[in-house]
This record gives sequence, C-alpha cells and structure tokens, in this order.
Amino acid sequence: MEVMLSVLVGVLVAAAVYLMLARNVLRFLFGLILISNAANLTIFTSGRVTEAAPPLIPEGAEAPVGLVANALPQALVLTAIVIGFGLFAFALVLAFRAYDALGTLDSDEMRVAEPVEDTK
Amino acid sequence: MNSIILLAGTRLLVALLLVFSVFMLLRGHNTPGGGFIGGLIGATGFVVYAIACGTEQARQALRVPPENVAMVGLGIGLFAGVMAAFFGDAFFVGQWLFIGATETEKGLPLSSVLVFDIGVYLVVLGSILTLTFALEEGAD
Amino acid sequence: MSWILGLPIIIPFFTAVIAFLTKERPSGAWWSVLGSLLTLIAAAALMVVVLQEGVVAAQMGDWPAPFGITLVADLLSAVMVVITGITGLAVAVYALADIDEAKERLGYHALFQVLIAGVCGAFLTGDLFNLYVWFEVMLISSFGLLVLGGSRAQIDGGIKYVALNLVSTIIFLTGVGLLYGVTGTLNMADLALAVDQSDQKGLLTVIAVMFMFAFGVKAALFPLFFWLPAAYHTPAFSVSAVFAGLLTKVGVYALIRMFTLVFDHDIGFTHTILLWVACFTMVVGVLGAAAQQDFRKILSFHIVSQIGYMILGLALYTPLAIVGAVFYLVHHIVVKANLFLVAGVAQRLCGDTDLRKIGGLYKSAPLLAVLFLIPAFSLAGFPPLSGFWAKYILVKASLDIDAWFIAFIALAVGLLTIYSMTKIWGEAFWKPHPEGVEPELRAIPRAALIAYLVPIAGLATLTIIIGFFPEPFVQFAERAAAQLLDPSDYIAAVLGGGT
Repeated sequence: MEVMLSVLVGVLVAAAVYLMLARNVLRFLFGLILISNAANLTIFTSGRVTEAAPPLIPEGAEAPVGLVANALPQALVLTAIVIGFGLFAFALVLAFRAYDALGTLDSDEMRVAEPVEDTK
Repeated sequence: MNSIILLAGTRLLVALLLVFSVFMLLRGHNTPGGGFIGGLIGATGFVVYAIACGTEQARQALRVPPENVAMVGLGIGLFAGVMAAFFGDAFFVGQWLFIGATETEKGLPLSSVLVFDIGVYLVVLGSILTLTFALEEGAD
Repeated sequence: MSWILGLPIIIPFFTAVIAFLTKERPSGAWWSVLGSLLTLIAAAALMVVVLQEGVVAAQMGDWPAPFGITLVADLLSAVMVVITGITGLAVAVYALADIDEAKERLGYHALFQVLIAGVCGAFLTGDLFNLYVWFEVMLISSFGLLVLGGSRAQIDGGIKYVALNLVSTIIFLTGVGLLYGVTGTLNMADLALAVDQSDQKGLLTVIAVMFMFAFGVKAALFPLFFWLPAAYHTPAFSVSAVFAGLLTKVGVYALIRMFTLVFDHDIGFTHTILLWVACFTMVVGVLGAAAQQDFRKILSFHIVSQIGYMILGLALYTPLAIVGAVFYLVHHIVVKANLFLVAGVAQRLCGDTDLRKIGGLYKSAPLLAVLFLIPAFSLAGFPPLSGFWAKYILVKASLDIDAWFIAFIALAVGLLTIYSMTKIWGEAFWKPHPEGVEPELRAIPRAALIAYLVPIAGLATLTIIIGFFPEPFVQFAERAAAQLLDPSDYIAAVLGGGT
C-alpha cells in the first residue's frame, strides 16, 4: 500500500512540476494544489498505512485497546489541508486581482515592480 | 443571477445549511463534526445566498462585515485557550463544567473546548466569506 | 512558568483583534502601539527568566512532550523575541505617521500584530509541525500586508512573493512528513535524540537538504532569493521595515536551530553546502545592490548579502563562528529595519526613493542624515558600531580555521557594502536636489515628525550602545552559542517534563 501511495505521490509531483513550470500564473497555482496534495499524502504515508481500528479510547479505559491507526499524521494532514486551503484561496484572489490590475497572467510580462530600464 | 428556481431553492437551502452548520458545530466534540466543518457549511449557506441574490444582499443578511466575524472568532478562540489560566492550568487545557451532574449521570457538559470550537467556526465562516465576496464582487 | 512563554504570542493576537475592531477609529493605531509595548515587556520578562533559570519549556494543554506542542525558550529564542518586541514597537510607533487612513481601514494594524505573533511563535516553538503553522501565520499576514492598498507594483511583487514562498512551504511540509516517517517524532528535542540514534543517515541528509531549501527560500539565500528584491520595495515603509528586519531572520533562525540541534549528523556534507551558499549569497547580494538606483532596492539586495554572513557563521560551525552568527542576527535586525525607516522619511521629504530623482537631504535635513549614517556605517562594518564587531567575529572565526578565502570574501563584501552606502549617501544626501527642491523636516507636521524620528533615533541609539559596549552582548552571544552547540540543556528542559 505504501508503495502504491509513494508512486502516486511521485506522479502528483511530476504533474505539479510540469504545471508550475508554465508562465501562466493560474497554471502555476493549479500545480501548487497538486503538489500540496502530494505533500499531504507524503505525511499520511509516513505515518504507515495499517489495517487497524480507529484510535478511539473506549469508555473507562486510559489508552486505546488493541491495534489502532496512527492518529498523529491524520491530525497533521488535516491542519495542513486547512492551511493550504486558506493560502490557496488567498493566492487565487491575488491572481485574480493581478489579472485585473496588470491585464495579464503571464509571469514574463509582470515587470511593474522590476522595470527593465532599472538595470541600465 | 436571476433564476426563479435558484431563488426558490435558495430560501430552503440557506435555512437548512445554517441550522445544519450549528448542529455540526455542537455535535463535534464526540462525533465527527466541529467548528471547522460547521463554519464551512455555514459559509456555504451564505455563498449560495450570494450567488442567488447578489453579494450586496448576502452582506446585509450577515449584518456585520465578514472580516469582523473572523477577527471576533479569533478573539473567542484565544480567550478559550487563555481561560485555563484562571483555573491555574497551562494554556489550552480544557476546562469542564458539568451542569446537573450526579453520581451516575454526567449531566450537561460545557467546556472551554466548545468555546474554542465556536471561535474556529466564526474564523472559518468569516474568512471564507471575506474571500468569496471579494472574488464575486470583483467578477461583477 | 508556561505563562511567560505564551504571552509574547498571545498579546499580539489579542491586540490584533482589538486593533481590527477599532480600525475605523483613530484609537486603532494606539492599540497597536500599546500591544507592542506589552509584547516587549513580556519578552523582556521572558529574557530575565531565561537568564536566571536557563532553558525553560512549557507544554500546551498539558500534553507531555514529545506528544504535545512544546514552547521552549533558550537564550537564542529569548533574544530573538526581545528584538522582535523592540522592532515591533519601533515600527508600531512609526506606523502612526506612515500608514494612511485608507490602509488602516483595511486592517493594517491587525495584520501587523498577527505577523508579530507569528514571528514570536516561530521563535518559541519546540515542535517542527508547529513551526510550520507559525510560518503559515506569518506568511498569510505578510501576504496581506504586502498587497495592502493594492497598487500595481505591490500586486506584481506580491505574486512573486506568494508563489515562491508557497513552494518553500510545501517543501517544508514534505520534509516534515518524511522526517516523521524516518524518526517517528516531530518534537525538536526528541528529534535531536532520534537523529543521533537513527541508522538511516543517508536518508536524513536528504531530508536535511529539503529543510535547507525550504528555510533557504524564507531566508533569501542564493539562489533562492529572487522574491525578495522583487517584493520588498513595493509596500508601505513600515511594512518593508518589519519584513526586512524580521521575516528573513525567521528563516535564518530556523536554519540555525535545525542545523545545530537536529541535523548535526553529517556536518561535512550539509555545512559545506551552507558555506558555499553563504559565500554566493554575500557576493551576489552585494553586487545586485551595486547595480540598483533605488533607495529601497539597494537596501533589499543588502538584506540578501547580509543573510550570507549569518549563514557563514552557521556554516563554519566553530563556537566562535556561531557567536558571530548570533551577534550578527541581532545587530542586523536593528540596523536594517532602521534603514528602511529612514528611507521612508526620505521618501516623504523628497517624494521618491529613486536616487536619481532625490537629493539635498544633508543640507535641508541634517538630523536625518546623521540618523542615516549610524545604521549605514554599522551595516558597512565601521568601528566602533555594532556591525564592526559582528563582522570582526566572523572574520576572526574564519581566520582561526585558516579559511583565508572565506575571510577575504567577507571583507571584500564589506567593502562593496560601503560602496552602496556611500552611493545612497552621495545621491540622496550630498548632491543637490535635481529639481532644486529643498525639503525640510519642518514640512512634516510635528506629531508625524515625532512618530517618524523617535523610533529611528531609538534604534540608532541601540546600534551605538551595542557598538560601544559590545562586551555584555558578546558574552551573551557566547552563552547562546554554547547552548546551541551543546543542546543537552535544551533537550532536558523539553523532555524532562517541566511545565
């Protein structure tokens, strides 16, 4: 299972890098979503994928009984998804504003902050 | 967008979504749910409303600016964490109050964890609405 | 005990909430100043505790380490939090004059306070995933600050800043995931032990390089620094100053922390990379600065160059070099934030920051000229200002291990720094204004002038104090470096179950 997930992570990263190499900012952002999902899957896989019960503590017990799944990576992934979601939403709004203000999404043409004549 | 079907459906859906979001928030402690998912569902309600009737109407329905909702939520969440100090514990130690507890019954448990969750609910609701309203208004 | 560690994070957050709810009123900015003052007091109290009792640690929610989130402060963390408090207060006061009402309405002060909370959190956390969360808090608020006001240049710079920082974030997250997979823990003290005992050293080195990349983007190391000069000259001057002072330093702090505490298993490999990177960063940054014609762009490139010195200290990895890195870190935050504040006043007086379009400031505003010279000379390393001691320690450290070449680069870069500083001096202060304007400080309203000059003078005084009385600061840096190189106290404080 871990092997399959690792391969999936690899495929996601490859696709993401391909998208991120594009000049179009929107494609870059889509690549970013893919690679952040790959990162989340990496954490998930790092916690080892086991066939075990959910990590619930029965009434009256101090610790879970029997073999349970590792809850920590799931908590980490959940946090990372939430944060990634927020960042991506912001980045999307920013890209939209950039298209409004600069009239382009081509990163090569975004030279307002660093005008060409400055290097003379 | 001007669509009779959407408008009629929205009336029903928004009410349902908002009630469901509060339900999700409150059941979150022991069963799947909680502040984050509740906030998302609540935000969906307002977003649907904004799509059907326009962001102007949705802002009026919310009454306060969504950014303020998010910031108040942040304050509530922090307060829940700091509350532990009044009881001499470390930050973010859950404080519990069992109303009407007896030997066998737990009674109605109230906790600072719930307060924290309400904070999260408001943060999520507020920040998502801020962003989606900004996007929708930009598109007009 | 747990209180003193949490306060520098909690206070800015609460201030942010209050400042946001009062953003429509004039009192909003004063809440920010008050909050910053309280943060500084809390930071100073933390410093006193750390000085008296050594490393202190607290467990959030009473979950014992390594399972819960730990807050921990050793000398390095404590001094970073104090310097954050000082910079935060200076910039909060400066913002009274610098930030216009439109930006205040958009929530500038709230974002600023969240940024400070994020920075303090990053300095105080003892948990790698929590560090990621604080990085994100910083990142989100810095995004907001950067594009606040929404001019075209800001959005342009913002896109580049956001894009590269998001990539670094994801690499960081992947590194966290892989590290957890190899060691099974994310508590930094516990990681230090786990890495020592692990037999998968090769894999750990790969992960170490991932962290080096992620923090390298944050710290603006060669060749990952391009977002910095693209973005730092676009926002309001207060924002530039706090970014220049603090944000990149969090990356440097994270590098120092990780590569002394956790990844010290293969120094020959990782620290050699760091050494090369440091040299290139110094040289490329200073050459980039030499080519620029804009006050803030020159300063932005100099941030990159100076980051190289700090990483050089880490890379040499001798006790003296680490002392130099710590000293440099503290000195540089004060000096660089101050230079950006001066640039703000210059812009207000002359209406531009392009050096070809301004001038005559020495004649019309000699006080500002003096206040510029102090941090500028300190940055260039003139004795007896703080920058001289910082550079001296680093050069001495490289000579001690016969690294002549490194010492030569450090000195040559210092020389080029003087070139840039004299360029700013000559163009902005010395030469007459090209259009014959004689801008005077009196043109600025009195209240705004006080808000501008008090923080600048305060930071300049601090620079002079560090310069003239370096002894206690160097001793402090020595103690901090000793703690970094022998983390047993740190590990004991975190894992020893102290609350």
